[in-house]
Amino acid sequence: MGFDLSILWFVIIVFSVVMYVAMDGFDLGVGMLLPFAADRDERDVMVNSVAPVWDGNETWIVLGGAGLMGAFPLAYSVVLDAFAIPATLMLLALIFRGVAFEFRVRALDSHQDFWEKALAGGSLLASFFQGVMAGALVQGLPVMDAHYAGTNFDWLTPFSVFCGIGLVVAYLLLGSTWLVLKSEGALQERLRAFAQKALIFMAVILFFVSVWTPIQSNIIASRWFSAPNLYYLWLLPAGSLSMLILARYALARGHEHTGFVCSLGVILSGFAGLGISVWPNIIPPGVSIWEAAAPPQSQGFMLVGALFIIPFILGYSFWSYHVFSGKVKMGEGYH
Amino acid sequence: MHEIDAFFLARVQFAFTVSFHIIFPAITIGLASYLAVLEGLWLKTRNPDYKSLYFFWSKIFAVNFGMGVVSGIVMAYQFGTNWQGFSQFAGSVTGPLLTYEVLTAFFLEAGFLGVMLFGWHKVGEKLHFFATSMVALGTFISTFWILASNSWMHTPQGVEIVNGQVIPVDWLDVIFNPSFPYRLTHMTLAAYVSTALLVGAVGAWHLLRGNQSTANRKMLSMAMWMLLLTVPVQTLIGDLHGLNTLQYQPAKIAAIEGHWDNSSGEPTPLILFGMPNEDKEETQYKIEIPYLASLILNHSLEKPIPALKDFPKEERPPSAVIFWSFRIMVMLGMLMLLQAFVALVLRKGRKLYQSGLFLKFAVAMGPSGLIAILAGWFTTEIGRQPWTVYGLQKTADAVSAHSTLQMSVSLMLFIVIYCAVFGAGYFYMLVQMRQGVVPDAGSEHEVPVISGRL
Repeated sequence: MGFDLSILWFVIIVFSVVMYVAMDGFDLGVGMLLPFAADRDERDVMVNSVAPVWDGNETWIVLGGAGLMGAFPLAYSVVLDAFAIPATLMLLALIFRGVAFEFRVRALDSHQDFWEKALAGGSLLASFFQGVMAGALVQGLPVMDAHYAGTNFDWLTPFSVFCGIGLVVAYLLLGSTWLVLKSEGALQERLRAFAQKALIFMAVILFFVSVWTPIQSNIIASRWFSAPNLYYLWLLPAGSLSMLILARYALARGHEHTGFVCSLGVILSGFAGLGISVWPNIIPPGVSIWEAAAPPQSQGFMLVGALFIIPFILGYSFWSYHVFSGKVKMGEGYH
Repeated sequence: MHEIDAFFLARVQFAFTVSFHIIFPAITIGLASYLAVLEGLWLKTRNPDYKSLYFFWSKIFAVNFGMGVVSGIVMAYQFGTNWQGFSQFAGSVTGPLLTYEVLTAFFLEAGFLGVMLFGWHKVGEKLHFFATSMVALGTFISTFWILASNSWMHTPQGVEIVNGQVIPVDWLDVIFNPSFPYRLTHMTLAAYVSTALLVGAVGAWHLLRGNQSTANRKMLSMAMWMLLLTVPVQTLIGDLHGLNTLQYQPAKIAAIEGHWDNSSGEPTPLILFGMPNEDKEETQYKIEIPYLASLILNHSLEKPIPALKDFPKEERPPSAVIFWSFRIMVMLGMLMLLQAFVALVLRKGRKLYQSGLFLKFAVAMGPSGLIAILAGWFTTEIGRQPWTVYGLQKTADAVSAHSTLQMSVSLMLFIVIYCAVFGAGYFYMLVQMRQGVVPDAGSEHEVPVISGRL
């Protein structure tokens, strides 16, 4: 066999997580931006811009989780064991966020305000804890005899909290550039100004994460700063920086699609940076994807389905986005 | 009683979260098919009642679906956060099955749900009907995979165990394991029956209040036809499922029947009611019918059914719980049969929409399907104990090693948040149901307030 099932599954899971970050990222960003709306009409526009698609977007993280469980059961169980507390808090936050989409219009009038806050607060906490877990994973988890060997609170470090804040900013950037694309008038102007500020914060955060990550780990430092890697890896931060500048330019000039796509590019290059830092480990620093792999019978069975079905999923998801493309008008959608 | 340790708390948390969860998919499965039928009938007949019923139930569907999604994600990750032993041991089987569920069902539902709920004016009628049908198909595919996974945990096959990990050998054997056909049919029918009872109760409630609109009558009528169609089949499937359990999990049958001792070799009576006592190893205060358990389960007047004392104490499921959960399910099933046939008789006498007593009965039966689903799942899951994967992994070996404090706090959080959030959701659904069907004005131009969003 010419291909390695574990690498293929690692690619599929990373693809799912990337899809999740890109797509639920702007949903969560929109949720967090709700308090910046002037009135109920503006909030309706904001929520309606994601209401038809958020569920499909969130499904990518379910695929990531299920794929991890099936292809790398050891990684699934160890990582979630270590992150039991932040993962549970994130799931509870996603509950508030998810039900609020419907509850904010179906609830009694006196409850609706609460569910709008729940949508915003749930989005904020879910984003924060996702970032915290990503940061803590890069820092590494101690594993002994296929079991997590750390404590319940190892995930809570200055670096992981910084990554949590970083992801909140990243999703705010995605959410605001998405809304610039979907809205008009005063709301759009306010969000454009917000997005431009978010870009600057994003640049600062990416800079600090890029410096802080190699300082903590010699392995990661040598991955980035030794020859021959150094000769081509510098392209990543350079690309990231140029997309930042392009996004800022596009926002200022009213190129709405470019603004959103470049912001996405900035965030995904940050994500790629994390990937380069940890590869080929699925639980840094010590467990590689091959050590955590499920038997080939499991990975192979799943692969057939994944390769055959994911193109269809992308097809009808794209169709759904196409149906709801264009600006969301005031007063459209809800009663 | 159980000691309150982390193991016990993890079990309570799983039971609590999955019990809350299962209600939502059950309604989702039933309502999605009902909505597809309503929309299809509307396209075919252009009877505005079907369209107004579609609008009415799709709002309730949307609230319910959202709760199903978020409570389901909790389940997918709970295997990792609390059941590390299980994930490592059996993740190579349950993980791929769950992955197939996500790929073939969750994405399909989510991808077409947006168009179904928000796309009424964005796509053509036929395409919209296609979207509704895809959501309905998705719910069914989802049932297929999750029941395959659950059935495998009850009657595992198609695997070998190497180094403390399950290795799948034959996936067809894994998926089509011996209890799978029964469980899949039983659960799918249960979802249809529960939804019919719910829809019927809402129709009956509005009829009772004097709103004799054709839409309300149609709602009750369709639900009662559905009951007549599904409940007798469900009774039969339940019986077959019981025989399958007798073959593969005899201890569960003994515990359900509260039958302890076969030393006399006599045929087993059916205990209607009693109090199974695990310390005294007998069922006290029992009312029983001679020979009946042997007759039902063995189709024999001589051969006794398995007895709990045939199994070592540590391998007996807790009879006191599943003896009763099973009886609750069966009693509700009997009442459903009664309801289905009384409805038929009243319909023949043209009194279905006027009989106050029957309408009150139908309202009272509204939640009975969902209660029966919970009782049934309690019976089969608690009846699998002390095993998580029957015969292969004990529940005590499946759990993660968290502290009692951590498990207490997380259980408290789940109880408070689930009761508040999903309690509110149930309440909003009831409010929607009470508001009733808004008659369709006949022309789309006359309902401009609803644009796109149903």
